[in-house]
Amino acid sequence: MQKEHNILLGHGSGGRLMHELITEVFIKHFGNEILNDQTDSAILTAGSTEIAFTTDSFVIDPLFFPGGNIGKLAVCGTVNDLAVSGSEPLFLSVSFIIEEGFPVRDLEIITESLAAEAKKAGVLIVTGDTKVVNKSKCDKLFINTAGIGRMKKENLYISKALNLQSGDVIIINGTIGDHGMAVMNARESFNFKTNVESDCASLNHLINEVLDKYPVKFMRDPTRGGVATVLNELVGKTGLGIEISEPDLPVNNGVRAMCEILGFDPLHIANEGKVLIVAGENYGLKILEVLKNNEFGKKSAIIGRIVNDHPGKVVLRNETGGRRIVDSLTGDQLPRIC
Amino acid sequence: MCLAIPVKVISVEGTSARVIIEDVEYTASLLLLDDVKPGDFIMLHAGFAIEKVDPREAAETLQLLLDMEKNRTN
Amino acid sequence: MKYVDEYRKKELILSVAEKLNTISKKEIVLMEVCGGHTMAIHRFGLTSLLPSNIHLISGPGCPVCVSSQHFIDLSMAYSRIPGIIITTYGDLIRVPGSSTSLEKERAAGSDIRIVYSVLESLEIAKKNSEKNIIFLGIGFETTAPATAAAILQAKKDKINNFYVLSAHKIMPPVMKELVKEGVKIDGFIAPGHVSAITGTGIYNELASVYGLGVVVAGFEPADLMQAVLMLAVQIETGTQKVDVQYQRVVHKEGNTIAQQLLNEVFVHGDDRWRGLGIIPESGLKISDDFSSFDAEKHFFVEIPESREPKGCICGQILRGLKTPVDCSLFAGKCTPSDPVGACMVSGEGTCATYYKYRF
Repeated sequence: MQKEHNILLGHGSGGRLMHELITEVFIKHFGNEILNDQTDSAILTAGSTEIAFTTDSFVIDPLFFPGGNIGKLAVCGTVNDLAVSGSEPLFLSVSFIIEEGFPVRDLEIITESLAAEAKKAGVLIVTGDTKVVNKSKCDKLFINTAGIGRMKKENLYISKALNLQSGDVIIINGTIGDHGMAVMNARESFNFKTNVESDCASLNHLINEVLDKYPVKFMRDPTRGGVATVLNELVGKTGLGIEISEPDLPVNNGVRAMCEILGFDPLHIANEGKVLIVAGENYGLKILEVLKNNEFGKKSAIIGRIVNDHPGKVVLRNETGGRRIVDSLTGDQLPRIC
Repeated sequence: MCLAIPVKVISVEGTSARVIIEDVEYTASLLLLDDVKPGDFIMLHAGFAIEKVDPREAAETLQLLLDMEKNRTN
Repeated sequence: MKYVDEYRKKELILSVAEKLNTISKKEIVLMEVCGGHTMAIHRFGLTSLLPSNIHLISGPGCPVCVSSQHFIDLSMAYSRIPGIIITTYGDLIRVPGSSTSLEKERAAGSDIRIVYSVLESLEIAKKNSEKNIIFLGIGFETTAPATAAAILQAKKDKINNFYVLSAHKIMPPVMKELVKEGVKIDGFIAPGHVSAITGTGIYNELASVYGLGVVVAGFEPADLMQAVLMLAVQIETGTQKVDVQYQRVVHKEGNTIAQQLLNEVFVHGDDRWRGLGIIPESGLKISDDFSSFDAEKHFFVEIPESREPKGCICGQILRGLKTPVDCSLFAGKCTPSDPVGACMVSGEGTCATYYKYRF
């Protein structure tokens, strides 16, 4: 990483820059065996029980967006990090950092959403913290949630991406790019009006339904940095290759149109209600069926597979049969005129 | 040059047109184009309508391509 | 999406490819001069469908790539003036200047905002009357009319805190310059949306004086393949001329309203193209009648002498003389996350496209 003097917005985008920041600053100073794995949740042993532990901060702007608000997101984000490691989310902590002058009414609406989502996910909020800072010392409201889940021993391997092999299928539970696009639309002055809504949702019940029936080799939620970033992390971890098929990627027409207008790639846009599942070839269609029976999996699809070719690279086969490489997101996506 | 996309005109008001593609709506500027009516398709570039899409020419181009497809040997 | 999806059908694209493989025999070099075309060709993997005797090269069609280092450095310097809001298209945010970038200046506290339409800058100007708004005007004839329209609107609405720093350029002089320099080109794939504005007369000299085929192409894969086919046929039959593949959008006379606005607000002047030096009469400068909107006439800053990054061969790449893989920095020291030259940073720059779609 070129030593930047200042942190750039790109360092928080979930792509390559952020990865470098984590490795070259944070892990450098307080890395350890558990942390260095950089899985969605840390798997810890407490006596004879395995627990999953994770944390996430929510600094989204705007606070309210089509499909949700920061409160709902604060629960979904942490619940999903626990669920994709194969654990059963149980408890959350919630910390609020509030800017002086923030309307209490808005805080109530956000808290109501947070509570409702926690109830839906079946998690209990058991501890928290509240801080108020002077005007302009934080942008309206930041929320941090940390979560604890119970690990089943048979799910311990899920976040480690072991035993993947050529032929394994890659599944996603629905359309990509909805959250990032909805938020971008609500935030920028571009003035596009669309029905695109954030997909933010707690996926623990959905994931449970799959894990109850079929073995899964790997799971991760493609949040900041999008599907492309997760798939690149996977090839980096395993040394295998991935081939995905463009025609098979589920993308909402509205998201697709916005991407064409602004020059974005849906593979790089954040999702908050999606999970990428890697499973053995034989289980692909069966898992798909389970997903499609759930409200959060109606548009599930097999989007690609693990391959032995082009190790360490994610390759997209497009509609005309041509192929191109899909990289991690670098920095923020920028709307283009060209 | 570049990134322009065909969008459909829903309504026209003065020097602006409300346009739509899939379910995405936008108010495009008509400062560069006149004689635009609801139902027309225009090319949207950086917030402006820069030209109309001619449906007859579009059909002709498409037909040429379809004819080539019909004559394929594979 | 209507008028888009139909031209992406696999069967149509492969049909044109098949016809091309049948009729095209001569070794030919075709140059496209539009970043949008560069992107589309690589996004849809079209080069792999062409017969081996047809070589596609990219020319200086990326307005960000050819914007001079001086312009970039000036933009950065402006962003550091207190009370300035810079508004820009997203393309410019990460372009490296001699020592910094707009993105880094934003991180250091400058007010830099990305807009989709230049008209958003006018709104920002109205809402921030105590500040000065400078819009960075990049782009060719497709985009310059929007800037002209914005300046006229600002005049009409008596907005007196809106300025434009123009780096707008026009295509024909640079196309001619490349041919005169002797770059091996057998035909041009002409930019579809530039031509929608200008009309096709601007290419006549290339055909009549230099005997080159020029086909104006659309941006969908079937459009591009069809344009290549039209050029191949012209070259095989010795009937080089100016022709239009993108007939659904491009008319011979172009968009006369847009042309009028361009003529009203801008004058042609010699302009420095990054990597290519000064091309006569190729830049659009704000005319004296509108000097009250010209940022360069109002804001004066010291900028260090602009330096080209060491080892960067963007200039040769922009001429189509070398490809990104010929550059020692490509995909090593120069990558999209750490770009050295503008060809890499601009999303549609030749190097960025090669990198993104490399296989």
